[in-house]
Amino acid sequence: MTYFEMTKTMVKNLFSRPATLMYPANPAKKTPLTRGHITINPDGCITCRSCQRKCPAQAICVEVKEKTWQIDRMRCVVCDCCVEICPTKCLSMDTQYTAALTARGGVYKVTVAGPRKKEPAAAGGKATDGEQKGNA
Amino acid sequence: MSKQITVPFGPQHPVLPEPIHLDLVLEDERVVDVIPSIGYVHRGLEKLVEKREYPEYIYVAERICGICSYIHSNTYAECIEQIMKIEVPERAQYLRTIWSEYSRMHSHLLWLGLFADGMGFENLFMNAWKLREHILDDMESTTGGRVIQGVCKVGGVRKDISPEKLDEMVKGLKGMEPALRDLTNVFLNDASVSHRLKGIGMLAKGDAYALGAVGPTARGSGVGIDLRQTGYAAYGKINFKPVVEQSGDSYGRCAVRAKELFTSIDIIEQCVKKIPEGPVEIKVMGAPDGEYFARAEQPRGEVVHYIKGNGKRNLVRHRVRTPTFTNIPPLITILKGCELADVPIIVLSIDPCVGCSER
Repeated sequence: MTYFEMTKTMVKNLFSRPATLMYPANPAKKTPLTRGHITINPDGCITCRSCQRKCPAQAICVEVKEKTWQIDRMRCVVCDCCVEICPTKCLSMDTQYTAALTARGGVYKVTVAGPRKKEPAAAGGKATDGEQKGNA
Repeated sequence: MSKQITVPFGPQHPVLPEPIHLDLVLEDERVVDVIPSIGYVHRGLEKLVEKREYPEYIYVAERICGICSYIHSNTYAECIEQIMKIEVPERAQYLRTIWSEYSRMHSHLLWLGLFADGMGFENLFMNAWKLREHILDDMESTTGGRVIQGVCKVGGVRKDISPEKLDEMVKGLKGMEPALRDLTNVFLNDASVSHRLKGIGMLAKGDAYALGAVGPTARGSGVGIDLRQTGYAAYGKINFKPVVEQSGDSYGRCAVRAKELFTSIDIIEQCVKKIPEGPVEIKVMGAPDGEYFARAEQPRGEVVHYIKGNGKRNLVRHRVRTPTFTNIPPLITILKGCELADVPIIVLSIDPCVGCSER
């Protein structure tokens, strides 16, 4: 049992820089892998609904007819599951966290491109395939 | 006999990070009986297994606890892998071990900080959390999450760590070791801390065993149970000794956690030395049909996951027994006979994590 065990740490702390960051003047530490929030490239989405089916929090809602993609940021647990599953890689993970939200303000909805119908034979078949999968 | 009064402790109390309610029956200042009640943060996560497909449920399983999250996902994945007889690549096993130990270190440092705060030693609390930040930074740069890593999946892990990063991590931990020594020396040797902890909250070895204490609560009383010795993930190939203290008081439980930090560093170092090259995941087809019990050592003790599947994508049953739940009967035995002023320290000394014990 000793006394003044803390002194060494205390002296060190006195002569060192603060351990905290002056946020928001200094930006918060982020790494390339940090899971901040989901973003979507609307032109790439084919409304296949894979992300909606795989989402463990049921935060994503894709309307095939209206061609909309919607995420409820309050439900989203930022697990990266939809980004992994997306067949066209139109979903991506942003490293920045979203600002504080209210339940109503957390819903983010975009109109997307929808199924691709460029090539009449091959790609057309794919698009209907995607729609059928979505409806299943 | 003096008159008995009942003092409610919790669910909201300055030392409790999570809600647990204890009715303390007092005679003067001495606790004679304790009636615990839990159920404030039940979320029904086990029932959710029927609604989610098993590969996605791992994200839910990980969120059972907000501190020891990684090991929940690891144990869940192990259950499914055992039922489906999946051979997980060896590199993935080692990576799982590394992340398990990182999560143990972060949990222990968090607890040491909270414990110091419970004693009223706020400076020590901040120093413990300052060191914890380095661990969290490493976890974030390798997995993408500070506390909820989300890297474990059925059949392996989702992310690989490059050899350079692994070396850098070990170097970082080695560089941190002197600071950790300084921190743990305060817990282990400082007069004011010892005065607050020694002889407070005695749990005899026999009681600890009979009441089913797990983790540092058991090891602080001389019961050398450490599930890592069963050799799940890559622990079978790692050489380590569980930390056991004989004193059985709050100091013993604190000392176990403080010393385990260095065991974790040692395990991570051995893993980085032995980690083989190769894939980190294999493709999983089909669905589990059968049942399995998997056990693992969490920072707080033994966790048991039970899974039953019927060959469909949705499982039939998932049941978790968490260390805090098991440690409540020993806690009640410890509390009987103590002073009211010591109750906060004793409750903290078992490291209660109510969120995961209620799921």
